Amino acid sequence: MAEGVIAYYLTGYGNWWLIGILLLIGLWGIVAQHNLLKKVMALNVMQVAVILYYLNAAQKSGTTLGVLRAGEKVGDVAAYVNPLPHALMLTAIVVALAITGVALALLLKVYRAYGTLEEPEVFRRMQQQ
Amino acid sequence: MNAHLPILIIVIPLVAGMLAPLLAFFSAPMARGVVLASALAVFAGSVAALLRVLEMGHPWSYYLAGWPPPWGIEYVIDPLSGVMVTLVSFFAVLALDFAGPYLAGRSAREKGAFYALFMLTAGGLLGMCATGDLFNLFVFLEICSLAAYALIAAGGRRSVVAALRYLIIGSVAACMYLLGIGYVYVMTGSLNMGDLTILLPPLLDSPAGILAVVLIATGLAIKTALFPLHGWLPDTYSYTPAPVLAFIAAITTKVSAYALYRIFYFVAETAGPVSATLEVLGWLAAAGILFGSLMAIAQRDFWRMLAYSSVGQVAYIVLGLAIGNSLALIGAVLHIISHAVVKGLLFFIAGSVKWQTGIRTIPEFIGMARHMPLTMGAFLVAAMSMIGLPPAIGFFSKWYLVLGAVEAGRWVFVAVLIISSLLTAVYFFRVIEFAYLKGKRPEDVPEAAVLPPKTGPELPARMLVPILVLSVGAVVLGILNEPLIQNVIQYALPWRLP
Repeated sequence: MAEGVIAYYLTGYGNWWLIGILLLIGLWGIVAQHNLLKKVMALNVMQVAVILYYLNAAQKSGTTLGVLRAGEKVGDVAAYVNPLPHALMLTAIVVALAITGVALALLLKVYRAYGTLEEPEVFRRMQQQ
Repeated sequence: MNAHLPILIIVIPLVAGMLAPLLAFFSAPMARGVVLASALAVFAGSVAALLRVLEMGHPWSYYLAGWPPPWGIEYVIDPLSGVMVTLVSFFAVLALDFAGPYLAGRSAREKGAFYALFMLTAGGLLGMCATGDLFNLFVFLEICSLAAYALIAAGGRRSVVAALRYLIIGSVAACMYLLGIGYVYVMTGSLNMGDLTILLPPLLDSPAGILAVVLIATGLAIKTALFPLHGWLPDTYSYTPAPVLAFIAAITTKVSAYALYRIFYFVAETAGPVSATLEVLGWLAAAGILFGSLMAIAQRDFWRMLAYSSVGQVAYIVLGLAIGNSLALIGAVLHIISHAVVKGLLFFIAGSVKWQTGIRTIPEFIGMARHMPLTMGAFLVAAMSMIGLPPAIGFFSKWYLVLGAVEAGRWVFVAVLIISSLLTAVYFFRVIEFAYLKGKRPEDVPEAAVLPPKTGPELPARMLVPILVLSVGAVVLGILNEPLIQNVIQYALPWRLP
């Protein structure tokens, strides 16, 4: 009985809680970390949380990929995972990749200009000039 | 050709942007020619699309690759998005023209990169205006933001830090927007705005609906630089190269405000938690108007003053959305146009003053009126419009906002609008005082810094023309505000007003 309840909550709610915690970890990292590289990493964590949210929403247990196999009938919606969120998230992953690329290029330029990636130190050196 | 106009005005700048570095590798003038020609073509196409939609009397839907929604992506040109694409493409042409002298000494590779990034920004913004799909809006938001981060970073050592900070904050905003439309998708199973108009409003009054609305509002408010989420704006605007800045300052925040307007009024139809969210946004906007104006008064740097003034002025649009009757919404749309024209003009002026004399701080403006008479004349027109003196367009947008607030009985907002006009007058008259009236230098400015009267042409023609076009435009639009509202903006209001 107790195991059933725990399993029910873990499969029904546990993953959503994990995604929420992951999102907040990302947000906390962006706000609280002083290192600019760590901020970019935290941003990636946050983006991954959003991507997982979509994929979780598409998930149905006991179903398969949205690929029509021989002998299966068309239009049997209950047999397949919803493929649209996956398609959307492919785009979102590409966008996240592009953001990370631009961020890393900017980080390199910041490091070359100021010799550090610690945000308060960067500001201090900006003031001195 | 004509039937594909809604997609062409997005694809042309994207393709031109991709081609520009390649063309610049062979010949920089050819790259400039192709980019300018494509920007002009997009402008002509936008005007044609707007005129056709006004003639048709119903929105013009275009199904990408012939797939009908909800499977395919839909592009919709209605009077509102028609106005927005016309505005964006018009500023793209002006800013490209203005950028000419800035790029004169640069290598072909740098020119190619600039044109590519600029056209990608413009294409992304045009896509945000024309799309009829919430996820597609996210993709275009990221296209224009990413290209804009790179453009901002081109302004030197300080601008790199500003661009990185903007990138982090902007990406958090995009993440929140994406999560918000994720909730919308899970609730309704569609991301097409036309579908959602029917599906979404009945479902909104639920915990998931509240979360969706709050996340979308927060994401777009960061992009709009609504107080207190404006932190990225002053640094970014202070260090960006001027031609880019005039385009970004005039357009990007306004397009995000447009997205807010589109989603809250056209898609969600102010159902359920939306009106409460708008109420919160309205109070934040009122605080932002006062904060922006006060901070602008405190600045010595001309560019930073304009940046804080942007924080205040963008909040006018959100305030108009929050008041939400037809007069206030007319005021909000008119203020999108008026602030784009005037803030674009002001940053063109700030850029050309810096380009010609190297001056940025306001106390150094002594003698500027004799040194650059036409530019400072344009500044007077811009200041007139910002303060809200007739016949400049700024007067009429504020007039409609105040009328809307009076009609809704929101007396606090009326007071905020009027006090902010006075504060705006304070910080613009300070510049006018230094440029026109001060004969003597203050203690902390060296003698040599007082500018001599003008000798020879004050600016290259390519920089002067956008300034003159916009300053004349600010007055002409003001005088023609009645036909503009009667024929265009009236149709840019939501079908069902709350």
